[in-house]
Amino acid sequence: MQLTLERVTQRVGAQIWLHEQSIAPRAGAVTVLLGATQAGKTSLMRLMAGLDAPTTGTVRVDGRDVTGRPVRERNVAMVYQQFINYPSLTVADNIASPLRLRGEKDIEGRVRALADKLHIGMFLDRLPAELSGGQQQRVALARALAKNAPLMLLDEPLVNLDYKLREGLREELTQLFASGDSTVVYATTEPGEALLLGGYTAVLDAGELLQYGPTSEVFHEPVSLRVARAFSDPPMNLIAATAVATGVRLADGPLLEVALPGDARAASTAAPDTLTVGLRASALKVEPAPGDVALPGRVELAEISGSDTFVHVHTAVGELVAQLTGVHRFELGAHLTLHLDARQAYVFDAAGRLAVAPRWRKGH
Amino acid sequence: MSTTTKPVNQKAWFLILPVLVCVAFSAIVPLMTVVNYSVQDIISPERRVFVGTEWFAAMMRDDELHGALLRQLGFSFSVLLVEIPLGIALALSMPAKGWKSSAVLVVIALSLLIPWNVVGTIWQIYGRADIGLLGYTLQRLGIDYSYTGSATDAWLTVLVMDVWHWTPLVALLGFAGLRSIPDAYYQAARIDGASKFAVFRYIQLPKMRGVLMIAVLLRFMDSFMIYTEPFVLTGGGPGNATTFLSQYLTQKAVGQFDLGPAAAFSLIYFLIILLLCFVLYNWMQRVGTQKVEVEQ
Amino acid sequence: MARIDLDLAHAYRANPREDADYALLPLKMSFRDGGAYALLGPSGCGKTTMLNIISGLVAPSHGSVAFDGRDVTRASPQERNIAQVFQFPVIYDTMTVAENLAFPLRNRKVPEDRIRQRVGEIAEMLDMSGQLDQRAAGLAADAKQKISLGRGLVRSDVSAVLFDEPLTVIDPHLKWQLRRKLKQIHRELGLTLIYVTHDQVEALTFAEEVMVMTRGRAVQVGSAEALFERPAHTFVGHFIGSPGMNFLPARGHGGGLDIAGLTLAAPRVLPDGELKIGIRPEYLRLAATGAPGAVPAVVTQVQDVGTHAMLGAELAGTRLKARLHADVAPPAIGDTVWLQVLDAHTCYYRDEELVA
Repeated sequence: MQLTLERVTQRVGAQIWLHEQSIAPRAGAVTVLLGATQAGKTSLMRLMAGLDAPTTGTVRVDGRDVTGRPVRERNVAMVYQQFINYPSLTVADNIASPLRLRGEKDIEGRVRALADKLHIGMFLDRLPAELSGGQQQRVALARALAKNAPLMLLDEPLVNLDYKLREGLREELTQLFASGDSTVVYATTEPGEALLLGGYTAVLDAGELLQYGPTSEVFHEPVSLRVARAFSDPPMNLIAATAVATGVRLADGPLLEVALPGDARAASTAAPDTLTVGLRASALKVEPAPGDVALPGRVELAEISGSDTFVHVHTAVGELVAQLTGVHRFELGAHLTLHLDARQAYVFDAAGRLAVAPRWRKGH
Repeated sequence: MSTTTKPVNQKAWFLILPVLVCVAFSAIVPLMTVVNYSVQDIISPERRVFVGTEWFAAMMRDDELHGALLRQLGFSFSVLLVEIPLGIALALSMPAKGWKSSAVLVVIALSLLIPWNVVGTIWQIYGRADIGLLGYTLQRLGIDYSYTGSATDAWLTVLVMDVWHWTPLVALLGFAGLRSIPDAYYQAARIDGASKFAVFRYIQLPKMRGVLMIAVLLRFMDSFMIYTEPFVLTGGGPGNATTFLSQYLTQKAVGQFDLGPAAAFSLIYFLIILLLCFVLYNWMQRVGTQKVEVEQ
Repeated sequence: MARIDLDLAHAYRANPREDADYALLPLKMSFRDGGAYALLGPSGCGKTTMLNIISGLVAPSHGSVAFDGRDVTRASPQERNIAQVFQFPVIYDTMTVAENLAFPLRNRKVPEDRIRQRVGEIAEMLDMSGQLDQRAAGLAADAKQKISLGRGLVRSDVSAVLFDEPLTVIDPHLKWQLRRKLKQIHRELGLTLIYVTHDQVEALTFAEEVMVMTRGRAVQVGSAEALFERPAHTFVGHFIGSPGMNFLPARGHGGGLDIAGLTLAAPRVLPDGELKIGIRPEYLRLAATGAPGAVPAVVTQVQDVGTHAMLGAELAGTRLKARLHADVAPPAIGDTVWLQVLDAHTCYYRDEELVA
């Protein structure tokens, strides 16, 4: 089903929870709502579900106006953070409930198939309280899938689960979404999760919708500084810079040769130091390659996460965090020079809009 | 407002019509009747004279009414003063888990289940010097005690009876409030080396604020409207020492058949309770919000 | 600052007979004075029980706990002088930040001027000097957690600081800052820190040594590097790393390894019989067709994970993941690729334990 929100806002009393925005989650695909807590993800989801009516604006389903219609009429399935199940019904009854409401046939068979799909087939006679967190959430998911609604909303469903469990369930979810044809909207605070889920991403910040597009595109080409900040983990390194003839100069330091578009250059030469250069942690390396810009500094902190090492370096242009593959040991206070290929730099103009982005490989 | 809102389906209103009719009969009509009476002098069922606000003025000037009001306020505040701390203390000492917890809960709740006039009767007998356990014991100890003779004794007895009857409600509410405090707070306090009193003052009391507010409001409203128990126990005596507002009102309306003044006073009574509760509630909300201002 | 020695077990019932009766299977562990440790494992593995035994909130059913050689098994948390930071911020709502930090010292009857000085020092360390007079209840979650931490640090003779999944309620961006702050504090104060989490990134970045636990058992204790390069147990291989280690069933015989119908030369002496080969996605590279030590697999998915691409492939029913460098052109779905499964980083397991 094609869900469209046209120019919706959400105001509660004097507070604006959602600034005017329009979004049309791609039908049959996964749309991730990415943003910090309180960014407006849940508010937007509730508008999509029909739990709340927008203060202004229209909600359409397949072209029809459904703005005033309550959620009961909308045929939506929703999964919450808090493993919400009917506490007094067994797992089997929980999964069967939407089927029973619609008077479907062969309920037992369908329930069994869904339970097996989510690996909870052996718990059909138990009560939700007797299951672990991960299992309870699977019951909630099975129930949502049983409803087979054209729109499925998941509000940070994995956030209360163990790290490893989250990984495993996320993969299963990706496969489940791919095999179905519902439109899925998934809210999360973790950029990594958005990337792993793929599909499309909508970045929200402080009640505003900043960008919506295919996930890879939003990641590699953030339209603004705010999007780049929201969609990076570890946080992107941001350095003030000025436009010069051949590129940009970082905070009175090294020169990066980048091709600045004309208007950005003009605006910046007039007001120095108003450009912002964004460097992803993975763009900074310790092994130099020809043509790289050198950023010498002192090691402040090294964090080893097993597969990667995050080293915090204090340089002349500021505190930088570099993500290096593998385990590297550093002495605190030791001198370390980070190297950067200028083509990996993002440049944002004075207004925070994207001026230059590194080339990336499309088409996944 | 959205310009494209569909017209809201109004059919649901018809479904609640029966309820509206019932409520109308049982509440609104009687209320309107009282308002009607309050502006009339009812000499006999056929002869009624419209007197406007005369009864209201008369009641406001009535000395007996003032007396009853003062006694009532005194009673309500004494009740709060004793029952709230006592209830909290009880809640704190009740076991939290296991069969003992359920047993204590049941035993405590027993006094709440007793019909109110039976409560009055129990204490009436209890306090008698000849056959009552309390009265007899006090007499044997040489203490002069008579709730029919001494106003102080009557007051004390009514107070103790109310405390006995209703403190468990405060205790139950407090108990529920305490149960909602996560263990980690107690653990942190232990680690911080806090004394039991510090734990009470800085963790338990603040976290119980919500339920305590309910307890205070409930006890205040109920005690302000109290009728059965003191009436059965002391009949309002000795003299009018324990005649509280509702009893005075009943005396006027039923005893003397002064429907007009009684109706006028009922409305005033209702408004007093409303006003006091409003003030109390706002005060407690404000005290609470000061601490929770920018809670995110 | 104290050294903590554990030699204990904790059972659910008085006479434990089998493994399932134990919340913590018998273990011996020493946390050196001033070290930073992490207890890492999934929910229900016993890490919180272990932490509570160290802190004194729970007494172990068997065995002992010693602080600097002194037996403290039955001592209370106060007597052990530990500090604990919980999963959600525990602060005294009615007090200001300064009063919160001063609370433990006031309970010990420390003189006021000393309290003021100490509170100032700790606030400075936590970057909260400007908020000392604000009501604690109105602050954000990360500030509240800092206060919880501060209350533990404010006692200068605190023996150890214990953390029970403290970053659970914190936003991802703020997690970075708090982690950094914790490491700085560790460097400055040299306290013994024990951190419980199910998040491996937190554990590995924070601790010098990590104890990986599952179902009441301490499976491996080691540095991040050791756990990453040479996991002693397949559970560690699976749990550490995102995604975890790839495991391929294999059969050893003579000098060869049978993997999914192919026979490869074993690069080292291996026992015969059922084995598992473990190789991490970070080390699984694409190889030329038919290269020695490589196996063919069918590509099932290619994910753009921002900084690199993650290849998913299938071989005889086993799913494999490989991290592709950003410069490598990813293959298409359905292609057959050859993956170098046998190389210097490969680990060999028998009955889930590392053998080579």
